[in-house]
Amino acid sequence: MTSNQYDAIIIGGGHNGLVAGAYLARAGKKVVVLERRHIAGGAAVTEEIFPGYKFTEFSYVVSLLRPEIIRDLELPKHGLKILPLPSTVTPMENGDYLGAWDDHDLTRREIYRHSPKDAEAYDEYARVMARAAKAIKPIINLIPPDPSSMSVRDLMGLLKVGQYAASLSEKELYAVAKLATQSSADLLEEWFEFDALKGTKAASGIIGTFLGPRSPGTAYVLLHHYMGEIDGAFRAWGFAKNGSGGVSGSILNAAKALGVEVRLNASVKQVIVKNGRAVGVALENGDELTSKVVMSAADPKRTFLQFVEGKHFPDDFVTALQNFRTRGSSGKVNIALSELPNFTALPFKDKGHDSALHRGAVSISPSIDYIERAYDDAKYGQISKRPYLDMIFPSMIDPDMAPPGQHVMSCFVQYAPYDLEGGWNDAKRDELGEAVISTIEQYAPNIRKAIVGMQVISPKDIEAIAGITGGNIFHGELLLHQIFFLRPTPQWADFRTPLKGYYFGASGAHPGGGVMGAAGMLAAKEILKDGM
Amino acid sequence: MLQLKTTPFHERTSALCQPRNWRKWAGYFAAGSYEHTLDREYWAIRNAAALIDVSPLIKYVIKGKDAAALLHRVTTRDIHKMKVGQVVYTGWCDEEGKMIDDGTVTRLEESTFRLTAAEPNLRWLMMNAVGMDVEITEVTDDVAALSFQGPNTCKVLNIVAEKPVDELKYFRMMKNKINGIEVTISRTGYTGDLGYEIWMSAKDALPIWDKLMEVGGDYGIAPVGILAMDVARVEAGLFMLDVDYTSASHAWIEPQKSSPFELGLDWTVALDKPGYFVGRRALEKEKREGSVWKMVGLEVDWVGMEDIFKRVGLPPQIPGMAVRGSLPIMVGNVQVGYASTSTWSPLLKKYIALAHLQKPYFEIGTDVRMEITVEHHRQHAPAKVVKLPFYEPEWKKK
Repeated sequence: MTSNQYDAIIIGGGHNGLVAGAYLARAGKKVVVLERRHIAGGAAVTEEIFPGYKFTEFSYVVSLLRPEIIRDLELPKHGLKILPLPSTVTPMENGDYLGAWDDHDLTRREIYRHSPKDAEAYDEYARVMARAAKAIKPIINLIPPDPSSMSVRDLMGLLKVGQYAASLSEKELYAVAKLATQSSADLLEEWFEFDALKGTKAASGIIGTFLGPRSPGTAYVLLHHYMGEIDGAFRAWGFAKNGSGGVSGSILNAAKALGVEVRLNASVKQVIVKNGRAVGVALENGDELTSKVVMSAADPKRTFLQFVEGKHFPDDFVTALQNFRTRGSSGKVNIALSELPNFTALPFKDKGHDSALHRGAVSISPSIDYIERAYDDAKYGQISKRPYLDMIFPSMIDPDMAPPGQHVMSCFVQYAPYDLEGGWNDAKRDELGEAVISTIEQYAPNIRKAIVGMQVISPKDIEAIAGITGGNIFHGELLLHQIFFLRPTPQWADFRTPLKGYYFGASGAHPGGGVMGAAGMLAAKEILKDGM
Repeated sequence: MLQLKTTPFHERTSALCQPRNWRKWAGYFAAGSYEHTLDREYWAIRNAAALIDVSPLIKYVIKGKDAAALLHRVTTRDIHKMKVGQVVYTGWCDEEGKMIDDGTVTRLEESTFRLTAAEPNLRWLMMNAVGMDVEITEVTDDVAALSFQGPNTCKVLNIVAEKPVDELKYFRMMKNKINGIEVTISRTGYTGDLGYEIWMSAKDALPIWDKLMEVGGDYGIAPVGILAMDVARVEAGLFMLDVDYTSASHAWIEPQKSSPFELGLDWTVALDKPGYFVGRRALEKEKREGSVWKMVGLEVDWVGMEDIFKRVGLPPQIPGMAVRGSLPIMVGNVQVGYASTSTWSPLLKKYIALAHLQKPYFEIGTDVRMEITVEHHRQHAPAKVVKLPFYEPEWKKK
């Protein structure tokens, strides 16, 4: 079966798998990407669950898609457009709102309306965060060195990080160290007094973690999300045309143009190991494919505990992977609408065409306590009665997402724990949907009657559909003990694995989750470095 | 009080223009942008529908038995070949084959044409019309114009216009009605995307603007100023008089002038057309001997630029909008040309420029360096000569 012979097999047709495939094909390799589902894209897919209404089903914003990937793979030629998502509005329980607009002065004036003190602190806070983000950003593109190794490569890597750290001022270093250990609530309370401001900022520190704003370590996540903002005009932060499926679609087109073969409905059963080396994969349908290298773009648990028999890995490695935290904590509610929700805090005049609010995000995060209380429910296995919501209106950013005059709305909802008391079922899914709708209704009373169709996605559904163990949107929580040279485990954060010929390049690898593509690109580069 | 003119859309545009950043365009107020950042306006061009007031364009109606002959004589295109309803883009030159101005010629009727220009050309047209049976009227004030650009514009026009525009081909014009008002719609623009220009009597301007805005609301329409258009036109490889070249009538010295060949307009110079046209002999000579200069696209190597900024501890800092300023282009220590407009391309995620390079450096693929300013110091970032346009979506001409 010569046609099943490849240079590289990539398991998983999500955006990282496709990026890795494209980079390998670009280097002249014969590559096949195997995707379990009938469409490629993984958790970055857009589907018409209700005819005419396109849902960006799971991931919904492009956070940090690497600009070099966009350029190297010529993604704009293949349809990629990253549209601006210019604002965040937080409606408040008293009927007022807090707006963060894309103009600095407008935002400062807006905060001033609520707290003159916070308006001043805001500038300084932004500078400190931007500097810290700038300090950390170069590290994203470094292959994580293993600090305990004596190999030249690792030492060079460490040296680079060391040099970088040394180039920071004491103040910056202090800020970075603090960010790495604090809770987002503690950090924000040092700076601000206005509840809605603190709540909204704190929210970005808990996204994708099973933590509350008062849990230590959340300040780092806040920074992680801040990084998309430091590139100014060059930012790749926004909403992709056609949703996240537009991102993977453009990468898919680019990969195909480079000669990558993409097989759909090709579920991998096992990686074939011969003489201590990965030499191919066996599919669920009985087909066997052989290759020089195999890369997994699935989550760490599937990659190491499911696709490969445990005997091929050291015990401690297996244990470390078993302990890798992948607790899903969030769900997604996608809604098809006959009209836009009209927020009482900032009502629109004409069908919402004039509404600046709907062109950006709307955040239900009136205070830190509100979010911490939502976390309290989740800690004990319950859906948050009043969850944190991050909502966008894709049809207002890309009018092609819904029929003319109609709309779609994407609601990220946290917390919806994977380990729900009593387990997930249809009734629980309805409960999650109702928690979201009744929460929105408080701020936009017309929502319920505007609903044309609704898709509720629990972490169990994320697991079942997108194939992410535990349903964690980052393939593994962005916790301090799970990032950088510790991701997914110490010593194996450089995209190689203890099994020769087996590589790992997905969100569960350095530098982590989000529609970033960095893991796939860096893994492909490491594979090429090793030669094949 | 002396004031610039306002366009027929001013009542609407002035109410919408939040940053009050009026620009001067041929004696009129033109909105720089309608929002404080250009993002939404730029993406309306590239992803939805952008409504741009281009009324300040200078417009002439040329009418009479010899109208075609006059335009055939002054422009470089073969005007006699034009069908009624056809539009051509053209430059026009002086006797030495150097560009005076550029614009579009529309054959409205057998012997009626509309010519657009960046600058007044009436005197020059009259000079060339001596002895011809032709009437030239400047209609700049009487004819309002909207440039309607972006992939969704066809859908919107199909709703608002009496006749569908699906069949309207690239660089063709049709008579149509919007709200019962007579307009001409041409499939033209200055953005390199799918787009139309709508021409109407100045007195009808407001109801047409309102209708487009109302219906366009469901299609992501946005009023767009000339700053966002400036970014799009560079991506489309389109140049601008007084920015990317100097009119031969204004140049103080010879090297300031450019020929159509030097601006990459070879395809508009119909040397095979019958008869005399202004600049013919000089252009024939240049064609034979080859041009010394050529306008090309430049793509700055981002990684190389990042390295230069990294030396001072900064990520690359370039303006988020098109810059109309000359930047030296180097090969080794020798300056071989200059960039006349440079911009960050939000779509391509690249720093690009329109550049004028000397032979032989204008060949595609040539490695050059373009000046960048890094913390007040002049540096040179690696760049490559690329084919224009930088961006051309499949739907532009389809």
